Amino acid sequence: MIADFARLLDRLIITRSRNEKLSLIARYLREADPQDRGWALAALGGSLDLPQLTSSVVRKMAAERVDEELLRLSREFVGDTAETVALIWPVQEGRAAAPLTLRGVVTALKEARRGDAPALLACWLDQCTAEERFALLKLALGNFRIGISERLAKTAFAEAFGVSLADVEEYWHASAPPHDDLFAWATGAGPAPDVSAAVRFRPFMLSLPVEGAPPDLRDFATEWKWDGIRVQLARAKGEARLYSRGGEDISDAFPEFTGAIPPGTALDGELLVADEDAPYRTASFSELQKRLGRKAPPRSLLEGSPAFIRVYDLLEHEGGDLRPHSWTERRSILEAFVQRLPRERFDLSPLVPATDAVMLEAMRRQPPAPAIEGVMLKRRDSPYMAGRISGLWYKWKRDPYTADCVLMYAQRGSGKRSSFYSDYTFGCWTEAGELVPVGKAYSGFTDEELVRLDKFVRGNITGRYGPVLEVRKELVLEVAFDSIGASPRHKSGLAMRFPRISRIRWDKPAAEADTVAALHSLILQTR
Amino acid sequence: MPIDWIKPGAGGIEVAGGAAFVDPSLPRPLAIVTHGHADHARSGHGRVIATPETLAIMEARYGPTPGWAVAYGETVEIGDVRATLYPAGHVLGSAQVLLERGGERVIVTGDFKRARDPTCRPFVPVACDVLITEATFGLPVFRHPPAAGEVAKVIERLAEAPERSVLIGAYALGKAQRVICHLREAGYDRPVYLHGAMEKLCALYEAHGVALGELRPATGAAAKEMAGHVVVAPPSALRDRWTRRLPDPVLAMASGWLQVRQRVRQNNIDLPLVISDHADWAELTQTIREVAPSEVWVTHGSEAGLLRWCELNQIRARALHMVGRTDEGEA
Repeated sequence: MIADFARLLDRLIITRSRNEKLSLIARYLREADPQDRGWALAALGGSLDLPQLTSSVVRKMAAERVDEELLRLSREFVGDTAETVALIWPVQEGRAAAPLTLRGVVTALKEARRGDAPALLACWLDQCTAEERFALLKLALGNFRIGISERLAKTAFAEAFGVSLADVEEYWHASAPPHDDLFAWATGAGPAPDVSAAVRFRPFMLSLPVEGAPPDLRDFATEWKWDGIRVQLARAKGEARLYSRGGEDISDAFPEFTGAIPPGTALDGELLVADEDAPYRTASFSELQKRLGRKAPPRSLLEGSPAFIRVYDLLEHEGGDLRPHSWTERRSILEAFVQRLPRERFDLSPLVPATDAVMLEAMRRQPPAPAIEGVMLKRRDSPYMAGRISGLWYKWKRDPYTADCVLMYAQRGSGKRSSFYSDYTFGCWTEAGELVPVGKAYSGFTDEELVRLDKFVRGNITGRYGPVLEVRKELVLEVAFDSIGASPRHKSGLAMRFPRISRIRWDKPAAEADTVAALHSLILQTR
Repeated sequence: MPIDWIKPGAGGIEVAGGAAFVDPSLPRPLAIVTHGHADHARSGHGRVIATPETLAIMEARYGPTPGWAVAYGETVEIGDVRATLYPAGHVLGSAQVLLERGGERVIVTGDFKRARDPTCRPFVPVACDVLITEATFGLPVFRHPPAAGEVAKVIERLAEAPERSVLIGAYALGKAQRVICHLREAGYDRPVYLHGAMEKLCALYEAHGVALGELRPATGAAAKEMAGHVVVAPPSALRDRWTRRLPDPVLAMASGWLQVRQRVRQNNIDLPLVISDHADWAELTQTIREVAPSEVWVTHGSEAGLLRWCELNQIRARALHMVGRTDEGEA
C-alpha cells in the first residue's frame, strides 16, 4: 500500500543515522506487500524510470483547487512544491474503498498517455492522507533528495534478507524494476538472476591499510595509489557503462568512454584527468572534481579536463571471466590488452620499482608525483575477490600534510553528538594579519578531547550566527589533510581534501599558526 | 462606523483612552492579561485583570502580583467599557476578552485554539463586530492532526527502542502538561521524568485539578532508570549538556511548526509531534465564520494568508503588525 511507503519515506527524511536508515528500509523490504516492495526499492535506489511531471504542472494542478495567492504564500513558507501541495490539497469527504498500492500507481503512470498523468494524480490525491500525498508527489516529480544512495538501498536489501552485498551488487544491474527476480533469489524462492547477457557491475576488490611492517615483496606486487576515483568500465553487447566505487552508473558524466572498449570487457582502474605537462601526465584531484557530478558536461569541460582511466585490473576479457585467475595472470593479459586501447583514454598503472621494504617505505613517503597518495600491495597469487579480505590487498598511504590552524567557528553535531560543539571551522593568517577560514573538520579527536573542545567553545563565545558560534581566536588545531588544491569558491582560495584534527595544540599561541601564503605555496609544491 | 475606543499599538491594545491595556508589553497601571505566556503576561503592572488561574501562573513566575481575579463569564467595568472574559482553549486560565461600549462589541482572542485539550476549558465563540485575532498558523498548509495520533508515535517509539528514552521538548506552560495528559489518555502509565524547569508549573496544574500521573525529577535519576521512559524538558534543553544524563535520547518536540519537514530537519528532531496550542487554518477560518464579525484585525503570525482569505470571503480585515508575540517553542 502507498501508506506504508509514505510512512517509510517520512521516517527516512528525518533520520540522520545511516544505520537507522538501513534498518528502516530493511524492515520495510521484509514486511511490505511483495507487489509493492520492488517498486519501492527501485524508487529508493534510483532505478525507477517514470515519465515525470514538472513542479510547474503540479503547482497548476493545485491552483485549480485553492486560491493561487494562498498557494504562493504557502509555497514561500514551506519551501518545497511537493510538500506545499501535499499539505494544502483540500480534503475530500470519504476515502476510496480500495487503498492505493505503489504497484498500481507506478503501472498507471507508466501506461498513462502524455498529458493524462496530471488528472490521474489529482484523482489519487483526493483519496489520500497528507503523508501519502507527499509520497505520491515526490514519485511523480521524480526526485526524492532524501539522502538515499543506490549503495544504501543495496546494502539495506542485503541486510533485509541476509544475503551478501557483493552478490546484490553483481545482480543489481542485471535485474530490472520491480526486481522480482532479485527478491526471489534473496528469499530463496528462485535462482540467481541471469547476468550473462546484461552489462553489469562487478563488486570491487578492496584493500586494508598496512599496519606496522609491509608484507613480503616476493609475494606482493606493488603499484602506486592514485588520487582519483575508483571506477569500473564494463561493456556487454551495447554501450560501455562506467560504474563508481558504490556501483552507481556514472556513464552520462563521462561520455568519452561509451565505445572505448570492445564488447565482453570489464576493467578496473582509477579515473583521472590528464595534464600532459604534469608528472605521470596526471592533473590534481581538483581538476577531476570539476567533472564529478556534472551529468551532461559541456564540450569545453570535456576538452579542458579530459578524463582517462589508469587501468590496474582486468575482470572480463573477450567475454571470459578473469576473476578466478591469479593477479599475475590477469596482469599479463592486461598489459597486452591496454596496448590496444586508445592512449588518450587509457594507460597501464605502472608498478613501483621497489625491491625491498626499505626502498618501498622511502617511495611511499616521497612519492614522485602529487597525484600519488601512497602505494598499493597486491598478492600475486590471489584471484580477484569482492570486498576487503585480509592478506590479499593492502594500501600504504603517504603521511598526510599538516598545518597549524586557529579555531574560528563551531557548530553542534548531530545524533549522539547533538549536545556537543563538534564541527569546527578553522583559519590561517593573511598578510594583513586577519584570519580567514581554510577548512572544516568533524573528526580526528578522541571522546575525551571532544569534551575539552566543547568546553573551550562554550567558554569562549564571541558571537552567534544562527546555529554557528564564533569563538575567541585562541586555540590552535593541528589539521591533517590528504591533499590541497586551489579553489576560487573559497575566500582563502584553497580547499583541503579530507581535513581532520590531528592534534590540539593547547600550548601554542594563535599568532604562531600557519599563514594562508604557506598553504598556497604547498599547492604549488604539490602541483 | 470606525471603532475609536480601542487602539492597537506597539505596546499592547489600548482600551478607553488608556484606562487599561490588553497584554501590554510595558508596565501599565491596569492590564488585562489573556494568559500566562511571557509574551502576553509581563511583570510590573499596577493591577492585573485576569482569570484566577492566570494570576496563579503569574505569581508562580513573577512573585506577588496585584490582581483582580475575574472568572469566565464575569464582567468588570473600566470607565464606560465593560470587559468579560471567555475561555480561549489555549492553556490553563487562557481567556478571550469581550470589550463592549455603547452597543459595540470587540473580541480580543489572545492566543487560542479549537482542538481538544484536556488541560483547559474549550474555546467559546462569542459574536462581535470586531474580531482581534492571532494568525500564528494563518496559511492553508497548516492542518494540525488530532493529538492522540501524535502521542501514539511516542509510545510506538518507546516500544521500538526500549533501551532509549524519548525526550520531548515542550513549552513549560501548557504544552508540557497537555502532552503528558494526552499520553495518560493513551494509556501510558509509567512515570514521566521532568526537567527542573517543568516542575513548578506541573505542580500548579495539578493543584488546579489537572491530573498528570506519576512525575519524577530527571535530575538525579540514573540513566538506566530513564530508559524506556518519557522525559519532558523545555525545547531549549533539547541540545543542552543537560541531555547527556539521558540514555541515547530520541529527540522529540511538540510544536505546530513541525508539520513542515524542513523545520524538522533544521531543528534536528528525530520525532516531530505536531501538537499545537494555536488554531490551525481550519480553526481560524471556522472561528471567523462562527463569530461573523464585520471586521477582522490580525495581531501577529502569518497575517498575509488570513488577510487574503478575508478578502476572498469579503470580510474587511487589517494587520496590526504586533511584534514580539509567539516564540517558536510555544506554538
